[in-house]
Amino acid sequence: MPTYSLNINGSKYTVDADSDTPMLWVLRDQLDLLGTKFGCGIAMCGACTIHLNGNAIRSCSLPVSSVGDAEITTIEGLSEKGDHPVQQAWLEEDVAQCGYCQAGQIMTAAALLDRNPNPTDEEIESAMNGNLCRCGTYKRIKKAIQIASKNS
Amino acid sequence: MASVKTHMDRRSFLKVSMSGGAGLMVGFSWLSSLIAENETGHYPDEWFAINAYINIASNGEVTIFSPNPEIGQNVKTSMPLIVAEELDVDWNDVKVEQATLDTEKYTRQLAGGSQSIRQGWESLRMAGATAKYLLVAAAAQKWNADMNDLSTEKGMITNTKTGERIGYGDIATDAASIPVPDEVELKDPKDFNLIGGYIKNVDGHDIVTGKPLFGLDFMREGTKIAMIVHPPAFGMKLKSYDASEVKSMSGVDDVFTIDTSINDPQWSDVNAFNELVVVTGKTTWQVMKAKKALNVEWETVDNLESSETHRQRLVEAITNRSGEVERQDGDPDKVSGQATKVIERVYTAPFLAHNTLEPMNFFANVTDNSAELIGPIQTPEQLRTSAAALLGMPESAVSVDMTRMGGGFGRRLYGNFGLEAAAISQKIGAPVKLIYTREDDMTQGTYRPAYAIRYRASLDDDGNLLSFEAKGTGIPSSPLFANRFPAGTLDHYKSENVEIETSITTGAWRAPRSNFVAGAEQSFIDEVAAEAGKDPIEFRLELFDRAIEDPVGTDNDYDPERYAGVLELVRDKSNWGKEMPGVYRGVSAYYCHNSYVAQVVDVVMEEGTPKIKKVWCAVDCGIVVNMEGALNQVEGGIIDGIGHSMYSQLTFKDGTPDQNNFDQYRLIRHREAPDEIEVFFADNNIDPTGLGEPTLPPISAAVANAMYKATGTRWYNQPFMDADQELIVS
Repeated sequence: MPTYSLNINGSKYTVDADSDTPMLWVLRDQLDLLGTKFGCGIAMCGACTIHLNGNAIRSCSLPVSSVGDAEITTIEGLSEKGDHPVQQAWLEEDVAQCGYCQAGQIMTAAALLDRNPNPTDEEIESAMNGNLCRCGTYKRIKKAIQIASKNS
Repeated sequence: MASVKTHMDRRSFLKVSMSGGAGLMVGFSWLSSLIAENETGHYPDEWFAINAYINIASNGEVTIFSPNPEIGQNVKTSMPLIVAEELDVDWNDVKVEQATLDTEKYTRQLAGGSQSIRQGWESLRMAGATAKYLLVAAAAQKWNADMNDLSTEKGMITNTKTGERIGYGDIATDAASIPVPDEVELKDPKDFNLIGGYIKNVDGHDIVTGKPLFGLDFMREGTKIAMIVHPPAFGMKLKSYDASEVKSMSGVDDVFTIDTSINDPQWSDVNAFNELVVVTGKTTWQVMKAKKALNVEWETVDNLESSETHRQRLVEAITNRSGEVERQDGDPDKVSGQATKVIERVYTAPFLAHNTLEPMNFFANVTDNSAELIGPIQTPEQLRTSAAALLGMPESAVSVDMTRMGGGFGRRLYGNFGLEAAAISQKIGAPVKLIYTREDDMTQGTYRPAYAIRYRASLDDDGNLLSFEAKGTGIPSSPLFANRFPAGTLDHYKSENVEIETSITTGAWRAPRSNFVAGAEQSFIDEVAAEAGKDPIEFRLELFDRAIEDPVGTDNDYDPERYAGVLELVRDKSNWGKEMPGVYRGVSAYYCHNSYVAQVVDVVMEEGTPKIKKVWCAVDCGIVVNMEGALNQVEGGIIDGIGHSMYSQLTFKDGTPDQNNFDQYRLIRHREAPDEIEVFFADNNIDPTGLGEPTLPPISAAVANAMYKATGTRWYNQPFMDADQELIVS
C-alpha cells in the first residue's frame, strides 16, 4: 500500500492508503478530521468540499494519489478560532438547521469570496449551486455570503 | 404577578437530589395529561408525555438537558429555552446537553409529528418553575424571609425588603432539601424575557467549525466499518453470494449475512430487506470497494413493480373502484347531479425518498450481555425495544445515545439501520460502524407513498359551493383527512379512501399525507373559485364563515376562525387584490400539526419562463418560542415544499428505483430557491403548536395557482417540472 505525504491545514501528515482512496475518507477515517462530510460520493452534493490550493474541491472524488504537495484546507483549518468572516456570518445569520451540509457550504463560500470578494447574486448562486441543503437554508446562506463579503 | 397555577397531579413525579454532593438536580417525569388528538396516531400512547432535567451546580453553572432528538428542527435550543424562561436564568449562563435515552427520567424522547414543543410546553415550563420555587424557598429559609418578598432575575434571588442577594449556585445545595410543592406558578406570557426572542442555535459554533456532532462522526478505537448489500429491487430477496474474491481484498475482514426480522416487528422497523449481505473491514473506502465487487444472486419473491403501472393503478383505483367512505354529510351525489356547474379534477404525486444529507448509519457495540447503540435516530425508545428483541436481551441491557442528525424528515423514525448495526456487532463480537452509501440510502424504501385524489365540486347559479367530494388513493393508502377543510363548511360532503397493494415499503415523510393533500386540495379550490367567479381568498373566507356560524358536523378538526385569520393576515400583508403589473399571484392555506398556514406566491415572467419572486407566509402556531428558529423552519418548509413539488420523484422499473443518487434524483438547489420569504406570525397567547412541518404542505398549491395566472396552464401532476425542463424558480 503506497504512502502519501500530505499538506493539510498547514501540517504534514503521512498516510498509507490505496491510491484510489478519496481524500474524504483519508481525512475522516485516517486523520480523524471529521468536519468534512460524506453525502453522495459522486461530487453532486458538496458536503465534502475542501480547498485544494485555495480552490473548492469535492473531496469524495479526489483520489489521494492526485494531491501531491498541494495545500489542502478543511473546515477545521479554515480559521484558528472559528472566526473566519464566512463562519462569523454563518453564526450571525443563524444559518444552520440540521447543520450537516454547512461545512461544505462554508468551504465553497470561502473559496468564492477569496477569488471574488464582491460577488453578485448570480455569481453567488452559480458558485453555490453544487452544494445541496436538504433543510432549505439557501436564503440564509446567500445572506450570510453577502454579509461576509461586506465584512472581509 | 399574573400567573398560571399548574397542579402536579398524582400521575406526575419529581426527583430532587444533590448534584455530585453539592448543587441541585431536578428530574421530572410527567405521564402527561396533555395527550390531545395527534397527527401521527400510530405512536404508542405512553410517548405522549414529557419531562425535563435541570442541573444547577454550586458554582452557578446551569445545565439543561434537551430530552428530544435533534434533527434540524432546533429543539435542542428551544426546549431548554422554555425551561430557562421559567427558571429565570441568563441564557448565556446555560449549558445545553443532549440527554441520553432514559425512560426513567424522561418520556416521549421522540422527534415526530411536529409535537416536541406542543407536547413539551407545559411540562418544560413546570420544570423551570419548580426548580425556581425550590431555590427561592431555600433562600427564604436561609434569610428567614417570606417567599413573596423575594424576586428572581438572571439566576439571582433578591430580597426586595432587605436588598440581600444570592445566586442560584450558592443556594442550590440547600434547595435540594426543600419539599416539592403541589403547585407551581407559571409566568404570564407578557412577562416572558426569552420566549419570543431571537435565540441562536446552541450548536451553531460547533457546526460552522466542523465539530464531530453527527452520527457518522461518532467513532471509537477498534471499531470495524460495515456496509450492507440489499436486494436491488422491491420484490427480490437474497439467493446466494460468492465472497471468495472479495475476502482477499485489501482491508476486508469478513463477508456474511444477517437477518434483522424479529418475531414481533414494531411499526418503526418495517423494512423491505431484512436479509442482507454484510462486508466488514478496516476503512470505509476499502469496504465500499469490496461491496461493489461482491457477487450476489437474487431471486424474485414478489411483484416487481414499475411506475407506468403505478400510475395506471392509481387512476384506476379512483375511477373504477369503490372505497371506504370515511365521512359523508348530506347527499353530494344527488346535489351535484342537479347543480349548474360540476368541476372534477385528478391530482397525482410520485414516490419520494427522504434523502437526509447524512446517510443512514449507526454505531453498535454488542457484547454477550450488553448492547450500546449510538447514532442518529428519531425514535430511540423504539430502537431499544426492537434491538432487545433482536439480540435476545432484556431492554435494561441495551443503551441508546442520540447524536445530532443530518436531517430526519421522518426517515429516522424507522430504525432498521440501528438494528442492522446491532446484528453485525453481535455477529463479529466487536464494535461496528454501519454506513450506508447514498445509493443504499435512496434505494432502500420507506418512501413517501405515491398518491392520487379525484375531487368533484358543484356550484349553484350564484357561485355558491353546493357539494365537495374527495376520493383518495395511494400506494399503499389514501392521504385524505376526512375531517379537515372543507368538511364542516358545506352541507354535502364526502371523503372516500381506496387502498392499493404494493411490495414497495413506505413511511412517514415530512408532513405525512398533508404533504400531498394540501397542494391538491388548494389547487382544486382555486379552480372552483375561478369557476364560481370569485376571488380565491374571499371564496375560502365565505366557507369559513359558514363553519364559524353554523358548522356541519361535530368532528371538524380545525378552528375556522384561526384558519380564516391566517388567510386574512396574508391577504392584508401581501396587499392581495392590488394590481401589480407583471406579477402573478397564487394563494393557498392549510392546517396540519395543529398549526395554520396561509401563503401567497408572486410569480413573474422572465424571458417567457415563470419565476417565483417572493413568498408571503402567515402562520398561526400560537406563541412563537424562538423567533430565529421559527423563521428558519418556516423558510425551510417552504423551500422543501417548492423543491419536491417542482422537481423530485422516485420512479421504478421492475421493482428497481430509477434514481439512486443526486445525479438522477433532483433536489432543489440554491438557484431555484426564492430570494424573498416574508413571514407573519399571528399574535396570540395560545400554547405553541407544531412548526417543523406545517409550512411545507400548502406551498405547492400557491406556486401552482400563481403559475396558472402567469401561464394559463393548470398543474395537476407532481413534479410539475420534468427532469429535462428549464429551471423556473429564480
